[in-house]
Amino acid sequence: MPFSAQPPASGERYALSASLDNARHLSSLLRAVHFQDHATCLATASGLRVTVEDAKCIQANAFIQAEIFQEFSVQEESVMFRISLSVLLDCLTIFGSSSLPGTSTALRMCYRGYGYPLMLFLEEGGVVTVCKINTQEPEELLDFDFCSTKVVNKIILQSEGLREAFAELDMTSEVLQITMSPDKPYFRLSTFGNAGSAHLDYPRDSDLIETFHCNQTQTNRYKISLLKPSTKALALSCKVSIRTDAQGFLSLQYMIRNEDGQICFVEYYCCPDEDITEAEL
Amino acid sequence: MKCVIAGGNVKVLGRAVHSLSRIGDELYLEPTESGLSFRAVNSSRSAFASFLFAPLFFQLYEPGSAGPDTELFRCKVHMKSFLGIFRSLPSLEKSVGKCLILLKPRASRLVLQLHCKYGVTKTHNLAFQECERLQAVFDTQCCASRLCAPARVLAEAIVHFPLTLAEVTLGTGPGGKISLRNYVEDEAEPSKTMLTELWLAEDEFQSVAVAPGSHITFCLKEFRGLLSFAEASNLPLTIHFDEPGRPVIFTLDDTVLEVHLVLATLSDAESSSQSPSTNSMSHLPAPSDDFADDLESYMAAMETSEGCSEGLPSPTFSLHVPRPAKSKPEKEEEEEEEGAVPGTPPHKKFRSLFFGSVMTPGRPGPATTQEVLAEDSDGES
Repeated sequence: MPFSAQPPASGERYALSASLDNARHLSSLLRAVHFQDHATCLATASGLRVTVEDAKCIQANAFIQAEIFQEFSVQEESVMFRISLSVLLDCLTIFGSSSLPGTSTALRMCYRGYGYPLMLFLEEGGVVTVCKINTQEPEELLDFDFCSTKVVNKIILQSEGLREAFAELDMTSEVLQITMSPDKPYFRLSTFGNAGSAHLDYPRDSDLIETFHCNQTQTNRYKISLLKPSTKALALSCKVSIRTDAQGFLSLQYMIRNEDGQICFVEYYCCPDEDITEAEL
Repeated sequence: MKCVIAGGNVKVLGRAVHSLSRIGDELYLEPTESGLSFRAVNSSRSAFASFLFAPLFFQLYEPGSAGPDTELFRCKVHMKSFLGIFRSLPSLEKSVGKCLILLKPRASRLVLQLHCKYGVTKTHNLAFQECERLQAVFDTQCCASRLCAPARVLAEAIVHFPLTLAEVTLGTGPGGKISLRNYVEDEAEPSKTMLTELWLAEDEFQSVAVAPGSHITFCLKEFRGLLSFAEASNLPLTIHFDEPGRPVIFTLDDTVLEVHLVLATLSDAESSSQSPSTNSMSHLPAPSDDFADDLESYMAAMETSEGCSEGLPSPTFSLHVPRPAKSKPEKEEEEEEEGAVPGTPPHKKFRSLFFGSVMTPGRPGPATTQEVLAEDSDGES
């Protein structure tokens, strides 16, 4: 295939083509879900969704809506491919990952369709880099069947209140136990590690809590190693919504404001851990 | 035992824990009528530190009640676990308003509860072990020399020595000057070693009362921990020392806090040939790796030496749970008998400090019994 350094005109024979003035708008969100090497990309008219999964228990999605891009066009109804997220991130940050104000990497992304590689054209300070990343057959993704009508408990709080807690989680504990209740302790995060147990309690009237809709007392345990990567998304976000359904499936939704003040979302879904025996409270 | 620490004192407590974490792997907690004591000892028992927080340090202090047959409850916890709670000092300052410490002997849990801003509560339930009293035997009255300086002066002096430096020699020189130089082992190649020496004038110190020509060599690592605490708390540091081989005692005094750091020093037989002093210890036998031999020879020397006053503990002082040699290991000392001990690498040349017998109520006094040297007070097993 002839290789041209000139980016093609937008929309021409490309299943997906997009332009972004500041590649960081994309790379920072992708980092928030980068806990596995591979990701599945889904592009529709509304934007780009990048999904990462692990152990058939956890799924993270980064949503970059079409409005974030300067140009975003998808020829078919949807375009889906699997790609190495590590390589994609390395390419997006090829000019370095430090965020100096005033400098940014411009990105143009093109995908011809099934079987073709993803082409990236990155430019900073007059220097252009062209990347060609092979794509793979997309794998079937988990469907947590999590919709708002099935939500039992929901709390929205300011990320500031959770950031330190997640960064300092006792990783010698196998699980992170989450208790949500209309009664005390309202919202509690617990770990059971080598040093002993630790509980972090948030009262329902705390200034950090914006929304508190808990109908039922629920205590669920999740493998801490699976949830720990969500700390990255938490660090970027300003607000987080924590929801559980009747089976104890956990949904964490992070509201992230980028450098230009635009809002994007990252969400994590996690299955409760059934193997763990009754832990001390 | 129940106590509450409020406001800025939470950070002071955190700093004390950081300081103690430079000494040993276990934190000993001992509530007494005169306050709550936090102590640590290193694996080779050549460093001991104690922080005594007076009742006034706390918003609430209930040491618990001692029955006629029982003493106030003591325990020890893993240093790492305790330190983890106070790991980030800036965030302690920023978000923690109150700290509650509750000792629940029956539940076997030490509860530490931090009340943070936004109404958030962090509760840690730590496992602990019962333990015997940890008390090094020392007496500042017994020391021939004493220096007192603002912590800043000493910190600025120590900064000239590389972080990897193990030992430093503090000495008194002509004109009342105080010297600090890095200690170089005799085996070291003169052409490959860097010597650093600095002199401090008498007026840098708040008080100087030293025996002329005296010097001591001690480990820098444990001292640095105390120094950073002293600097942060803006307290003057007093150094009590005597002849080489006898422990050096660093103290910090405050209305609500009393800190002691006791470090073993190199005895004269091993120290550099430049040292002029002679003392009653100079004819000690050369040290061997076997602790038991060291101990016996030290004790023999103690018996023959003149000692300094009735304040000096009798050489027949019972030793509190020494390294294994002959005695059976106590249950709570098991971890110290593991082969590779983390923390301060035991320096063979440093004598271990004497540790008081459990029999002793408080300050060192003459021992009542002579026969038992190595067994613990829990009784024969």
